[in-house]
Amino acid sequence: MPMTITEKILAAHAGTDQVVPGELINAKVDLVLGNDITAPVAIKEFNKIGSADVFDRERIALVPDHFTPNKDIKSAEQSKMIREFAREHQIVNYFDVGRMGIEHCLLPEQGLVGPGDLVIGADSHTCTYGALGAFSTGMGSTDIAAAMALGYTWLKVPESIKFVFEGELKPWVGGKDLILRIIGDIGVDGALYKALEFTGPTIENLSMDGRFSMCNMAIEAGAKNGLVPPDEITRAYVEGRYRRPYRFYQSDPDAEYAKVYKYDASKIEPQVAFPHLPENSRAVSEAGHVEIDQSVIGSCTNGRIEDMREAAKVLKGKKVHRNVRLIILPGTQDIYLQALEAGLIEAFVRAGAAVSTPTCGPCLGGHMGVLAGGERCIATTNRNFVGRMGHIESEVYLSNPAVAAASAILGRIAGPWEVK
Amino acid sequence: MEFKGRAWKFGSDVDTDAIIPARYLNTSDPAELAEHCMEGAVPSFPPGFKNGDIFVAGKNFGCGSSREHAPIAIKAAGVSCVIARTFARIFYRNAFNIGLPIFESPEAAEDIRDGDELAAEAGTGIITNLTTGRIYKSVPVPPFMQEIITAGGLISHVSNRLK
Repeated sequence: MPMTITEKILAAHAGTDQVVPGELINAKVDLVLGNDITAPVAIKEFNKIGSADVFDRERIALVPDHFTPNKDIKSAEQSKMIREFAREHQIVNYFDVGRMGIEHCLLPEQGLVGPGDLVIGADSHTCTYGALGAFSTGMGSTDIAAAMALGYTWLKVPESIKFVFEGELKPWVGGKDLILRIIGDIGVDGALYKALEFTGPTIENLSMDGRFSMCNMAIEAGAKNGLVPPDEITRAYVEGRYRRPYRFYQSDPDAEYAKVYKYDASKIEPQVAFPHLPENSRAVSEAGHVEIDQSVIGSCTNGRIEDMREAAKVLKGKKVHRNVRLIILPGTQDIYLQALEAGLIEAFVRAGAAVSTPTCGPCLGGHMGVLAGGERCIATTNRNFVGRMGHIESEVYLSNPAVAAASAILGRIAGPWEVK
Repeated sequence: MEFKGRAWKFGSDVDTDAIIPARYLNTSDPAELAEHCMEGAVPSFPPGFKNGDIFVAGKNFGCGSSREHAPIAIKAAGVSCVIARTFARIFYRNAFNIGLPIFESPEAAEDIRDGDELAAEAGTGIITNLTTGRIYKSVPVPPFMQEIITAGGLISHVSNRLK
């Protein structure tokens, strides 16, 4: 029987030749991830199991990235708990402040995830790694605790939805805009429990960073995972990075999909998702006059080097509007260094932006840019729920980095073409 | 396994930031989390809330983050079970894993009004509206999943079994 990429990866990890949507499988995991919010709960549960050790100390990644560098005593205690667990169990892939990054930028960069892998993480944006042609999905801390002990987890095989993009992208349009458009069309539960497959000539020409942004937000449509068929762009990214043998899986031409959507990508404009759901997306040109107090460029969605370059293209030689705070967060130490060497950081600072060490902080209203009541923020992050970035009466608008940069300069939601 | 209580009605797409805002995630203590349960949705919640009361919501309840703190906060606040039209995928799994019973029932989610008195039976999946007398169907919770709930979650269930 023909299968999709998702089905093939799941079958391979369940030790079988064939799986069908709806089937429950017990699957081997290649990597298990936790962060400073979810890992403490997982560690507590892991200790209850009474297992002497983790299943494989090289296949667990612990990344304290949400409230780090620690914002208060309680979050410092949580990080300490992870640090001690990592030492006790000799976890190889533990990344502390100064060496860390935002988990979903960091793990692919460090070569810990590769094509054909099955990855689970106690973070909903674990679906990011689908960009590499891997199956990856977010779970809760209890599931992660069990997987840390056992090295496998149970999964229901999801049905797949295919998106076919044709046509050349307009200037300033990237992966973020494509995924915001999709979520705008199918809704925040439009892909509940399903796998998303992003295909077509447009995607074949999309950079790895653009693919990461797209797959990252699959969860925002309720999906279990989202992925891009691996190709030469994928190979160029993983070669020299990924240390284990990897495998490219491709969907069979006659594989079955719950639904197929076709898009003319050349008609898609840069998008902005209005409060308070990612599905409220519309073209920037239709945003109207929306003044902003803050702009945030970074996160697991758009904190990669290409995002930094896009932002710098707009910001170089310009000044941030006097009513706006612009905060830029390169996703990892390596991205920070690349941006520094390319002169991007200097351009940001000269423009009047605050440049931060990698952290998830502002995206979830943790620290480094919490909003007051009545404030508005445009952000390259992934969620604009009520109170997401702070006060319950604050507002978040989601966009790509160029739009967030242009908006910071003009003091209102704006396209980069409006910056003179 | 029956749950009885007053219905507290919520809308669709209640996200995990509404259930437990991220600023409280610097702890995993259930009692502390319970104090801020639903603060992002109803800041004044919950005057009049009684132990055992039931949450009723529309589609996609628990969407967003994978934080297990969300079902933990609901359970620790004293909510006996949650009824919704649909649940977000990660929340669904987390709820059972930490021992919070949930029922998917579009008809119940549609028909129940805030303040109705309800009774929900896990074994049969039958939800009774004691105020109106109406009966709604949900998928029965199989015995092994009821055991997980009784044990207080998956890990406690597993360690009980190993004893």
